[in-house]
Amino acid sequence: MPDTTVPTQGPGPYQAPGPFPGGPGLGPGPRADVIHDIGYRHYDGPRLGRSYAVRSLYLQTLRGSFGLGRSVKSKILPMFLAGVMCVPALIVVAVAVYTKMTKLPIDYAHYLSVMEFVIAVFVASQAPAAFSRDLRFMTIPLYFSRPLGAGDYVRAKFAGMASAAFLLTGLPMLVLWLGAVLSSMSFGHQTEHFLFGLVAAACYAVLYAAIGSLIAASTPRRGFGVAAIIAVLLISEAISGIVWAVLARGGADVSARWASVLSPAQLVDSITTWLFHLGGATGPTGAPSTAGGIVMLAELVAISAGCYALLVHRYRSL
Amino acid sequence: MSPVTDVIATDGLTKRYPRVTALDRLTVQVRPGVVGLVGANGAGKSTLIKILLGLSPASAGSARVLGLDVATEGEAIRAQVGYMPEHDCLPPDVSATEFVVHMARMSGLPAPAARERTADTLRHVGLYEERYRPMGGYSTGMKQRVKLAQALVHDPQLVLLDEPTNGLDPVGRDDMLDLIRRVHRDFGISVLVTSHLLGELERTCDHVVVIDGGKLLRSSSTADFTQTTPLVAVEVTDASGDVSDAALRERLSRAGLKLADDPVPGSRALLVEVPAQVPAAPGAATPDAATPDAASADVEAVYDVIRDAVVDLGLGLVRMEQRRHRIAEVFTARADAAPAPVVPQEGTAHA
Repeated sequence: MPDTTVPTQGPGPYQAPGPFPGGPGLGPGPRADVIHDIGYRHYDGPRLGRSYAVRSLYLQTLRGSFGLGRSVKSKILPMFLAGVMCVPALIVVAVAVYTKMTKLPIDYAHYLSVMEFVIAVFVASQAPAAFSRDLRFMTIPLYFSRPLGAGDYVRAKFAGMASAAFLLTGLPMLVLWLGAVLSSMSFGHQTEHFLFGLVAAACYAVLYAAIGSLIAASTPRRGFGVAAIIAVLLISEAISGIVWAVLARGGADVSARWASVLSPAQLVDSITTWLFHLGGATGPTGAPSTAGGIVMLAELVAISAGCYALLVHRYRSL
Repeated sequence: MSPVTDVIATDGLTKRYPRVTALDRLTVQVRPGVVGLVGANGAGKSTLIKILLGLSPASAGSARVLGLDVATEGEAIRAQVGYMPEHDCLPPDVSATEFVVHMARMSGLPAPAARERTADTLRHVGLYEERYRPMGGYSTGMKQRVKLAQALVHDPQLVLLDEPTNGLDPVGRDDMLDLIRRVHRDFGISVLVTSHLLGELERTCDHVVVIDGGKLLRSSSTADFTQTTPLVAVEVTDASGDVSDAALRERLSRAGLKLADDPVPGSRALLVEVPAQVPAAPGAATPDAATPDAASADVEAVYDVIRDAVVDLGLGLVRMEQRRHRIAEVFTARADAAPAPVVPQEGTAHA
């Protein structure tokens, strides 16, 4: 990398004309008050290649999802949502500590299903910011004229989006766990359920990011993206709830849980409840049977992988 | 520069889409320098650029950029080539600095180097204090500069510029053309620039490649395109309508010179052929330029005849110059079904 202040570093063909005939290579001791026209300097430093570019794009997406490196205006919503995710957890911890409970009043994974709405709004607001912008302003060809390809671009953007969602969901888990452990609740039990909570957080993050990214990448219009993601994530939950209520009227409570396959939120909730034998298996939450649980798990994987594959296909064909 | 002699070399390059053939057995070599790529819309310019960047596979034939095969070494090519697209590509809510730094990192430059190169490059393309403002408020000229900067920021060996003067006013156009010349002259970076404005390319490029309907029409140095012709263009003041023109016409015909109208629309110039043997002008002294092999002397003699005729008629001479060929004639020649020079000539740049 050429040194900033030493003009003789650049042996380019360009010899500075202009008002400083001495131009390159002035006498000893740089003078701070003189602007040198040092001409064009070639870059002979390291070129870190594709994996570095992918990492940079990943970090930019992750930071950008919380408004970092963007305008003040775009920081407001994600930061507010992160606050909304954590404040109830703080209250829960405070109450539990104050009343000297032996365990938290709400399970980790269950906390996320209560706060699911916030995750949906976060993904709906940030996935279009990560994906539609480059499409709308036609910046994509600038990426693809560089070493990284369509697959790399999707990998970096999707990973950034999923990581941002995982930060959002993982943070309240951490708050609950720290509060529980510091107030001398059973360390083993709390840590076990904290890890269950993290798995649930990861499931929400990956599934929501996959659905949100695919929808966001299918339209260059940011507003459409936001509306469509909200619609898919929240309306599907309402439909799932209605279907469950209809099925459960005949008293078939447990088999009515098949309604969970209709909604991403209910799907993750049911899977984690079933997988980790969490106590909250009531009403629509939980697996109808072991086979049902496996089917749901397969659905989670299939939707995430399918959305990712479609995303790659979308960018390959640009 | 690299030891590679040809920055771009294609051999029988063909690209067929289901319904059209975008490139048809294109064989062309491009030396380091500023090279113009001319063609009407749909002539295959953008397709060629996509193939050269290794983003689109050719149907047949091969191409090498900086000595690298586009089919197998696309990634290495894209690391050493810059690309400026024709369309808008700048997000309006970030500053030029942020944007170009990001693009530099996408090219693999470490963050400190990316920032330093960005500052350098933006200065070279002529963007100063405004580089910290969001790009939404930029003029077209400033946006084009940012687009050029992002193509140069990783110090490529070759830049592909797609219609860089599009949408610019005449002053902005001149600035951009000067900048393109500097990219080669001062930065030592080869340039492939597309345009449909032939006059621009005549001024800017060392070498011009003309394609039409995916086929190579001609590839030669700009100097070859703009050779002098055996014609002298004459324009006189028009004091009394077409009368002065007609009088001059008659006078020159009597002097034994062949005349033609200027085919350039809107031009009032008379074209006077320079004959092998100049007839003696009436009233003039014995012409000393009657030696048939001295072409320049012939032109001088024709100049004398015209000058005398104009003076005798009491007209004002607006211009009198030897005509040069123009790149545009490559197209008009084809339209007239004249034998088009389809044989690619090896460019021996003597611009």
